[in-house]
Amino acid sequence: MAKVVVVTSGKGGVGKTTSTAALGAALAQAGRMVVVIDFDVGLRNLDLVMGAERRVVYDLINVIQGDARLSQALIRDKRVETLHLLPASQTRDKDALTQEGVGKVIAELREKFDYIICDSPAGIERGATHAMYHADTAVVVTNPEVSSVRDSDRIIGLLDSKTAKAEKGERIDKHLLLTRYHPGRAARGEMLKVEDVLEILSIPLLGIIPESEEVLRASNIGTPVTLSSPDSAPGRAYFDAAKRLQGETLAMMVPEEKRGLMSKLFGRRVA
Amino acid sequence: MALVLVPEAPLDDWLGGLDAQIQRSPAYFAGKPVVADLSALAAVPELVAGLLEALAARGIRLSGIEGIEPAVTGLDLPPLLSGGRTIAEGIAAADPAPPEPAGLLLDQPVRSGQSVVFTGGDVTVVGSVGSGAEIVAGGSIHIYGTLRGRAVAGMGGNAAARIFCRRLEAELLAIDGLYRTADDIEPALRGKPAQAYLAGEQMVVAGFE
Ligand SMILES: Nc1ncnc2c1ncn2[C@@H]1O[C@H](COP(=O)(O)OP(=O)(O)OP(=O)(O)O)[C@@H](O)[C@H]1O
Ligand SMILES: [Mg+2]
Repeated sequence: MAKVVVVTSGKGGVGKTTSTAALGAALAQAGRMVVVIDFDVGLRNLDLVMGAERRVVYDLINVIQGDARLSQALIRDKRVETLHLLPASQTRDKDALTQEGVGKVIAELREKFDYIICDSPAGIERGATHAMYHADTAVVVTNPEVSSVRDSDRIIGLLDSKTAKAEKGERIDKHLLLTRYHPGRAARGEMLKVEDVLEILSIPLLGIIPESEEVLRASNIGTPVTLSSPDSAPGRAYFDAAKRLQGETLAMMVPEEKRGLMSKLFGRRVA
Repeated sequence: MALVLVPEAPLDDWLGGLDAQIQRSPAYFAGKPVVADLSALAAVPELVAGLLEALAARGIRLSGIEGIEPAVTGLDLPPLLSGGRTIAEGIAAADPAPPEPAGLLLDQPVRSGQSVVFTGGDVTVVGSVGSGAEIVAGGSIHIYGTLRGRAVAGMGGNAAARIFCRRLEAELLAIDGLYRTADDIEPALRGKPAQAYLAGEQMVVAGFE
């Protein structure tokens, strides 16, 4: 049965788009039919991170307004057959996105895809509520810092009130994806620890993605990190998260600081 | 003893039954705290506003609501029920000064940005109250989790109300109009189980030894 997943956070720049692309590509590599949808009207990004910016002809709003068929707007990935992108409009007015229109598109996608992953814009305004409204499952992307955690708490409150499931009195599945985690800074107390974030948000942990150059490199070449460097630390962490999203139980690895040769020889006194 | 009403859709039929009851014993609801269990209406939140109006038209004032996700009531609750305040996403209830107030039990965390206002009695939260969230109670507030947001107890003049929490990280504590902000709470109590109460014109915040 199709699953609609919203990737959301409240706070901007925490890694929603990166995570949408990486999880989408990981699920598609596992043979699932996947579509990733960009809901960031006017500030679209997902096409760049997916390396499809030059192939965008029609977008979500064209489909909603009946100017294009869904099949015309969907872009199939060149690397993974089962991965698709439904881009956002860079030029249209945000108001063109309507709850009803989005609902129709999602209903049509449900017939064809296993995973429909919605990349939410930042904030708690309409764009974000449109992206979450039809979701069965939410991936709440959070960085280990207080402002991001509080914004996530706010978003979780909205997930429990402003979604179709909540309105029916049902509960939407919520998962925490802790991104840009820097083990050294967490150890030095410059970032919140994993257990602190979990205590505050009290939703199950989907994965911990380390801060990594690989992510920047991947987005610069327009390839999700699970495709460009599947064996890198963030690549593996996203693969594990994708497995957990499919219901597998895996041990959680908390990324640790790799100690250099000097610190191995001299312990903590160096530096 | 509070009377519990359990309205169901279709609402007109249910109200018909209620009217029959009022006909039989006109004083049935007089002076009694009335709680509405809205669980049967949880799927149709748009009916809730109409229901409250229909009850008010029959002179029935609710002292509490139960059986519905706090969030579901959402914006649809008439603001006058929360003592003149508009609540973004919370439960609200009227304040008919019931002789024996009903309590409000929430068994999930109260998230940042949510405001729970219940002037009819105590509020108990089984879970945490997030930073930027708020609980306002006519009675005491009991939090079986971490209090990071604001707790306003004894709203409407109840100086005997208290605030209890399993872990104190509060942004603000208030009882019957007296308040303390995070800065005025002794640092040694942070992260500890604690209670707040009034001793005369002073608020005492104390741990449990
Ligand atoms: N694990 C990571 N390590 C290093 N950089 C990262 C990581 N995750 C994301 N980034 C970088 O952070 C920036 C923001 O990421 P991204 O665009 O995915 O965030 P977003 O939440 O979608 O932002 P917005 O709210 O603007 O839509 C990008 O430059 C991205 O490459
Ligand atoms: Mg983005």
